[in-house]
Amino acid sequence: MKGLRVANICRSFGGLQALMEVSFDVAAGAIHGLIGPNGAGKTTLINILSGVLAPSAGEVVYQDRALHRSPAHRVAAMGVARTFQNIRLFPTMTCLENVQAGQHLTARRPLLPRLLRLPSAAREDRQLEERARGTLARVGLDGKTHHLARSLSYGERRRLEIARALALNPSLLLLDEPVAGMRRGEAAEVANLVRSLAREGMTVLLIEHNMAFVMNLCSRITVLNFGRVITTASPEEVRGHREVIEAYLGSGERHV
Amino acid sequence: MLEHLAQFYAVYGSVINFIGINALLALSLNVTLAAGMLSLGNAAFAGLGGYAAGILTLHFKMPYAISLCGGAVVAGFVGVLLGMPVLRLRGVFLAMATLAFGEVVRIAAVNLDITGGAEGLTGIPNVTKTWMIYLALAGAAYFMAVLRRSRLGWGLVSMREDETAAACLGIHTTFYKVAAFTIGAMLAGVAGGMYAHLNYLITPRDFGFFIAVDLLIYNIVGGTRTWYGPILGAALITALPEILRGVGVTAGPIRMAVNGLILLLVILFLPNGLASLFTRFRPAAAKAGVA
Repeated sequence: MKGLRVANICRSFGGLQALMEVSFDVAAGAIHGLIGPNGAGKTTLINILSGVLAPSAGEVVYQDRALHRSPAHRVAAMGVARTFQNIRLFPTMTCLENVQAGQHLTARRPLLPRLLRLPSAAREDRQLEERARGTLARVGLDGKTHHLARSLSYGERRRLEIARALALNPSLLLLDEPVAGMRRGEAAEVANLVRSLAREGMTVLLIEHNMAFVMNLCSRITVLNFGRVITTASPEEVRGHREVIEAYLGSGERHV
Repeated sequence: MLEHLAQFYAVYGSVINFIGINALLALSLNVTLAAGMLSLGNAAFAGLGGYAAGILTLHFKMPYAISLCGGAVVAGFVGVLLGMPVLRLRGVFLAMATLAFGEVVRIAAVNLDITGGAEGLTGIPNVTKTWMIYLALAGAAYFMAVLRRSRLGWGLVSMREDETAAACLGIHTTFYKVAAFTIGAMLAGVAGGMYAHLNYLITPRDFGFFIAVDLLIYNIVGGTRTWYGPILGAALITALPEILRGVGVTAGPIRMAVNGLILLLVILFLPNGLASLFTRFRPAAAKAGVA
């Protein structure tokens, strides 16, 4: 299987079961949504998929390689990049530098040729900068190359985080609320970007509370509630799913 | 003109030498500070390097250059050994652990025979020349300036900004921390070796708690984000007693007060240290971001 398989993932924090037996598959090249009410365990799952957290049980297999036992830097080396719900940019770096920092795995940047001022070092730096500018342009931040990350607007920060993740050249992109707090036009641009990334063969798994965004963009959606998977289905099926509606709106019976 | 310079050097030669040594030590601490790690162990690494180099010269009759290298290797080796367990700690806890390491080194130096006990190691030939110190400083400064553009340097600065995000970019944070710690320890070891061969002797007091804190002050006053910041800080604070004497204030308790005042002013008005006075202004558009 070329895509991502999440199998029976459990995770508890002390007495709290954040995730229980979570299983679903993400097909290679698909745009897959992960939705659910607050506290459903979505971010915990992304943290496990990116190696930031280890699961208590279960396994994650990506491109036939188990990644649930790998630390974050090894998961990144397997081609998995992510953004963060609570934006974790490098605040005192410029936009360009943020993306250049993201090139860590694709760049070589050896020390010795730089100490000796060899032309190869300058050439590599030029190429990397060129590529970083291209990545910035892709998320529409080419006008902000030398602005400090902390001076950007909220939506711009989200887009810069996506650019930094793209600098890894990932095959699987995990987006944690990519359009939260964005204006509608900005969100539409991000949707177009995600679509074009998927067309190029990238697999995208995204968490988002903006339902219009998720329903329009994703081919499959997994719904989490209280750490359990309610369903994994197409947007149409999810929209009509009784348990999903209950999870979001509450069941009528409870109030009777 | 030349005569004046010679006279100046005759009077202030030792201050000039100590500015160089202290600047080297400040740079050695800067390697770890640049990665966001607050270590107070570099004075102890300098002590280790100084003792090791002194012992190599005195007991093994090694030439100066070999002794210096030996000091760096010993400091670096201890840096790796100490770094692997200690670098799991963050912030203040790392500072406390490295401070404790400094005390261990000091007490060991007091109690061991080979280090000469409380008297220290005496009779080390005075072979360190001013030009050697400044050659080493220039080399270290160049290394630090280039390091920032290398793979290691990008990793270290990313970790300073956000460790979790850095790990998710594929940066092996533990390895990078130990690497930075070790490079800093080796640099401190060289500075310590030069100090021992400048001063005729090295004693357990030479690299105690106050020196460890001084190194941090050099970095804060000068600025941690450029290679020249720590050098500026070390130069200013080291030369301060002489400057004060020049304007008619005798060193003593007032010196510490002025040190404190400078530190306070820098923290309040120049959060990136004296170096920010020299930073080229970014393009106008970016200035909005700097404010």
